[in-house]
Formats: sequence, C-alpha cells, structure tokens
Amino acid sequence: MIVAERKKIPELLDIVKEHQRLLVLGCGTCVTVCLAGGEREVGIISSALRIASRLQGVDLAVEELTIERQCDNVFIEQAADAIERNDAVLSLGCGAGVQAVAERYHNKPVYAGLNTTFIGILEEQGIWTEKCAACGACVLHEYGGICPVTRCAKRMLNGPCGGSREDRCEVRPDVPCAWQLIYARLKEIGQLDKLQRIAPPKDWSHSIDGGQRLIVRQDHRI
Amino acid sequence: MEEVAFEPRVLAFCCHYCAYAAADLAGTMRIQYPPNVRIIRTPCTGRLETEFLIKAFETGADGVLVAGCLEGGCHYTSGNLYAKRRVQYMRDMLEEMGLEKERLRMVNISAAMARPLSDAITDMVETVRKLGPNPVTRNGHKSKQVETRVEPSNANPQSAICNPKSKQVEKTL
Repeated sequence: MIVAERKKIPELLDIVKEHQRLLVLGCGTCVTVCLAGGEREVGIISSALRIASRLQGVDLAVEELTIERQCDNVFIEQAADAIERNDAVLSLGCGAGVQAVAERYHNKPVYAGLNTTFIGILEEQGIWTEKCAACGACVLHEYGGICPVTRCAKRMLNGPCGGSREDRCEVRPDVPCAWQLIYARLKEIGQLDKLQRIAPPKDWSHSIDGGQRLIVRQDHRI
Repeated sequence: MEEVAFEPRVLAFCCHYCAYAAADLAGTMRIQYPPNVRIIRTPCTGRLETEFLIKAFETGADGVLVAGCLEGGCHYTSGNLYAKRRVQYMRDMLEEMGLEKERLRMVNISAAMARPLSDAITDMVETVRKLGPNPVTRNGHKSKQVETRVEPSNANPQSAICNPKSKQVEKTL
C-alpha cells in the first residue's frame, strides 16, 4: 500500500490561508490503513485547523468528508456537492488522489495535506517500512524476494558493499543489511547459486526519469 | 462593570478502575477538590482516542486531565501506557496549533489515592488558571483574567481547595 504522513499544522495553515471555506477530504483506502488520511485523521486535522486558525484570528470554516477512494472517479463523484460548496479542497489522499480530484474539478484549488512517502507494509502496529521503489523493472525473483533497490542504501545489485556491521547497514544502523537478508533467504530456499550470476547495469528507463509513466492495455480498452 | 472572574473548565477522563474510584473515595472521605473539573468515566484510559482530546479543546475545555492507573497496574495490562503515548502526541500537536501543552496532562492514580487525585485536580486547575481561558473559545477573556480563589469560611480544613498547593503531585508528563 501507499504510505504517507501528515504535514505539520502550521504548514497546512499556510497552504490554505487564502480560503475561508475548506473541505478536508479523506481517502478510505491506503492512507486510512497507514493512519494518515482516513476518516479519523480527517476529524483530527480538521479540528486542529479550526483551533489553529481561530488562534491566528483567521476566519476558516472546515468541512469534513471521507470517500472510499480518491484515485477513482466513481468515488470522487460522491464528493461533488461538498467540493462545490467550499472554496478549496485539502486532500488527505496520496499524491495520486490529490491529482485525481484536481483533474476532475478544474475551478477548485486542491492541496495536498499529506506527504506521500513510499510503497510499503505495516511491519507492526505503528511501524511502516518501505518495500518497493516502483522502479518499473522488478528484480525480486533474483534476490529471494528481498529488494536490493529499496532496501539496500547503496542499491547494490551484485553483492554487499562490505560495510555492514553485525548484519546492520552501515548507512542506517537501525535497519538490517539487505544483502545479509538476501543471502540468508537464498540459502534458506536453496538458491544460493543465483549469487553467482553477475547482474548487468539495471535498466532505469522504466523508473521515474523520462516523465510520467503510462501503461496501456489494448485488451482492456473499450 | 466588574470583570467576570475566569473559572477554568477542566475535563478529566478518569479510568473506571482507578481514578474514577479514587474520586468516589474522595467523596466518601469528604476530600474536596475544585468544582471546575468535569469527570468523564472511561472503561480504561486506553479507550481515549486522540480525537477525544482535540475535540475537548475545540469545544471549549480550558484544560484536560487524563487520569489512569499506575504504570504496571492497568486492569487491561497496558491501556494506560497507550494513553500516555496518545497524550504525548496530542501535547506535541497542541504546540503545533499554538496552544500551551500544559493544558493537557496525564496522571497515574490508584483507586486508593483519593488525596493525590484531589491534589492532581487542584494542581491542574491552578495551572490552567494561570494559563488563562482556552483562547479558541473564550478569546475575549484572554487578557483579562481575574485571579479568584474561593476560600469558604466553613470548609473542611483538610480540603484541597483550601490549600491548593499543599502537595505537588508527581506528574508523569
């Protein structure tokens, strides 16, 4: 899922300072699970904005709404009335959600209330970790299901850098060395021979450089 | 025209198994505490969500006191420890919003600690009295607070209200 975290209240207040009526729009999918932009967070951030704006003497009316998914037009439509009666939208969706809402409502400013951070998983209650960099050319099959692009600080594809200490990354001692994990995993599944292979330079043309990425499925076009 | 005295409105979320029982015991023992406090009983302080705390401030509480069990003594094992983290999160958020974090406090009280609860409430009320009204809802009174301390002539000499600074309760936050 997509993991995000909320912006600080002073920054949010600065973003919406030109407006008197604001819709705080939550998303019921990824950002709900990562406790950043769901219905509960919409309530908290809306209350915080009301309090902070009153303290600054700013006249700001805040309406709250959470839709099931902000990156889907079917659900965005459900927010049409609320968006219409407000001056601006503070979206608590991920970057995709913010843009999906903005593209649909040309005459309304739509602002991002969250910093979309990474694609990851809930490691344990209250802890999320990045697992995928969406590089566009997945190599997980070569490395026992552990991504060296995301989890190695140096993105090494041909073995460890040699700097790890006690199985911990030398750049980030709070995280395990990805190559130690890869070695242990490959050993466990009997595929250590995969480490004999020399990986060629990774093809980064599928990654974020070169502009917006696009997937077209002609078989699904109508 | 005489200025209306500021009387703090403090909301106290009290755990059913400790602080609420301590408040009950305070009544039985005839220990008085300031009438500025409104007690809400919760099944455990772990029941408190962040939004409860922020809503309290948004809707006019001058201060919020969270009273849970002693650490290690939670009826549900660790609810008070969760509450402690949420209170800390909200204290940081209060500062982000521009409110004083001292308006929110958590104390740990056992069911037998009627006097410390009374002292904690008194201390909280006095802290909030010094900070002044919650500027979110009572902006007009912000700069014109009047210090008033009720000294009833026929009060119990052991009453906490008569001697609000009798004992400083150790705060967990």
